[in-house]
Amino acid sequence: MSLLEARDLRAFYGTFCALDGVSLTVDAGEFVSIIGPNGAGKTTLVNVLTGLLRPASGRVRFKGTDVTGAGAVRLARLGLARSYQLVSVFPALTVRETLAVPVLARRGLAMRLLADLRARREVWDEVAETATRFGLGHALGRPARTLPQGDKKLLDVASAFALRPDVILMDEPTSGVSTADKHAIMATLVQAGRRMGVQAIIQVEHDMDIVFGYSDRIVALHQGRVLADATPDAVRADERLIDTVVGRMHETRPSP
Amino acid sequence: MTVRLVGALVAVALLVAPWVAPRYHLTLLLPAFAYGIALLGLNLLFGTAGLLSFGHALFVALGAYTAAALTSGLHILHLEVIVVAAALVAAAVAVPVGLLCVRYVKIYFGMLTLAFGMLFYSFLYKFYAVTGGDEGLRVLRPRLLGQGFDALGKVEFLVGPFYYYALGLLGLATLLMWRIVRSPFGLCLRAIRENADKAAAVGVGVRRSRFYAFVVAAVFGGVGGALLAVPTGLADPLLSYWTHSGNLVFMLLLGGFDHFLGPLVGAVVFILLQDQVMSLTAYWRFVFGAVLAAVVIFFPRGLLGLLPRRGGAA
Repeated sequence: MSLLEARDLRAFYGTFCALDGVSLTVDAGEFVSIIGPNGAGKTTLVNVLTGLLRPASGRVRFKGTDVTGAGAVRLARLGLARSYQLVSVFPALTVRETLAVPVLARRGLAMRLLADLRARREVWDEVAETATRFGLGHALGRPARTLPQGDKKLLDVASAFALRPDVILMDEPTSGVSTADKHAIMATLVQAGRRMGVQAIIQVEHDMDIVFGYSDRIVALHQGRVLADATPDAVRADERLIDTVVGRMHETRPSP
Repeated sequence: MTVRLVGALVAVALLVAPWVAPRYHLTLLLPAFAYGIALLGLNLLFGTAGLLSFGHALFVALGAYTAAALTSGLHILHLEVIVVAAALVAAAVAVPVGLLCVRYVKIYFGMLTLAFGMLFYSFLYKFYAVTGGDEGLRVLRPRLLGQGFDALGKVEFLVGPFYYYALGLLGLATLLMWRIVRSPFGLCLRAIRENADKAAAVGVGVRRSRFYAFVVAAVFGGVGGALLAVPTGLADPLLSYWTHSGNLVFMLLLGGFDHFLGPLVGAVVFILLQDQVMSLTAYWRFVFGAVLAAVVIFFPRGLLGLLPRRGGAA
């Protein structure tokens, strides 16, 4: 049984067909990259896979459970976490508080009205551990809004990892980060994922260095369809595919 | 440390006030204590969870009418019973109202709470047989911890035993709210206020948390309302009128909604200021409008916003 399995997904925005029969499976131990030019349906696919958007037709199964349109909270509890393309943090919350939120949610403590949060040693130990793993140990007391952009991105991803999900889905984990920092961020989160028991990572990514450098498998989308679902070597060898997907991407989105 | 220092100083001052302060000012503090409790609840919604209610007066009125119904209707005079009943009645009403209201945020939430407040006002005003209409219902002098204090006159009772009773209740409410704000739930509410989508993505039940906050706020509103009705001896429909909700929001802005003690400072300053301005001019509403404008423009974080900011606190 695959960890995550999407079958024949169709989604529309008005009459525009964003996903036109997309199927996808992800197994334990895989790092899968979803690529494609702008408007290919990548973000729509991520939204459907994470239950944020209900597809017009098709099903999504996660660990054997039908989770089509289940919503972010339920999926997060089942073990599928996501991070967003645009950096999403709690501006006024400190790094420590930010990382505590997913830990509390996972441990079922989020609705404790009268518990003393400061006395929860196990929560704070876990928070400190996650922060250290993502290189944020020095910034625990800083409000998220005062962090540099790269650290905000790391905090965003770290808070998804703090849910200790089985699968994590990242929409452009290195967008808005300088080229120099990209590899550092990827290395950090791949290693953290392994240590924290994440079984599979799915990412949407534009940077081909990152895509070819880290993926076990690449899923190429084009106009709402799966154009290719193959290993990086196979994708690299297919010149027409590269031309369609990567070529267009560089046309519309020159790398900085 | 600022919060604790200010809190401790204020607490000591309030404890010795009956020996040093004029009676008149003590009677002014009584509604301020009651409003302080109600505002702690309102600020859990606004300051912590980011939902601005324009209908909090609904729960204050419910508390006051509960006190009236129990004392003059059922001759239950024990204030402990009245306070618990006010909390329960407020919670019972907050469940259906909250379930509807927390489906919305921002101005829609505000307008919906306003609508429920006005709905209750109309009920109080029109159902004369039950509510006494515009005349309201009398609230009789309650017994405190079983004591009637029959030897004391009305004012002696209010500035003596009742003053300490109200202050004690305010202290309890403050400690309880301090605990709630510092709980895992409180942190999750702040996360929701900052970024609800992100909070949901990391597993926090956004609507459920907002609903809990709504019910807790209502309970504090109800208890505040019961206490408010004792010194005036009356529960009247204007308690639920929208301007009363507006006053509550004003108090919160005045004290500072992003500070834990803002509600308490706002309540005291509002009452004292209202008293001063009313004694000087009949156009006190005009002056208050100007004060509100000045607060919003020059001190958007209220009076306590003038204190040095501490890192990362609620």
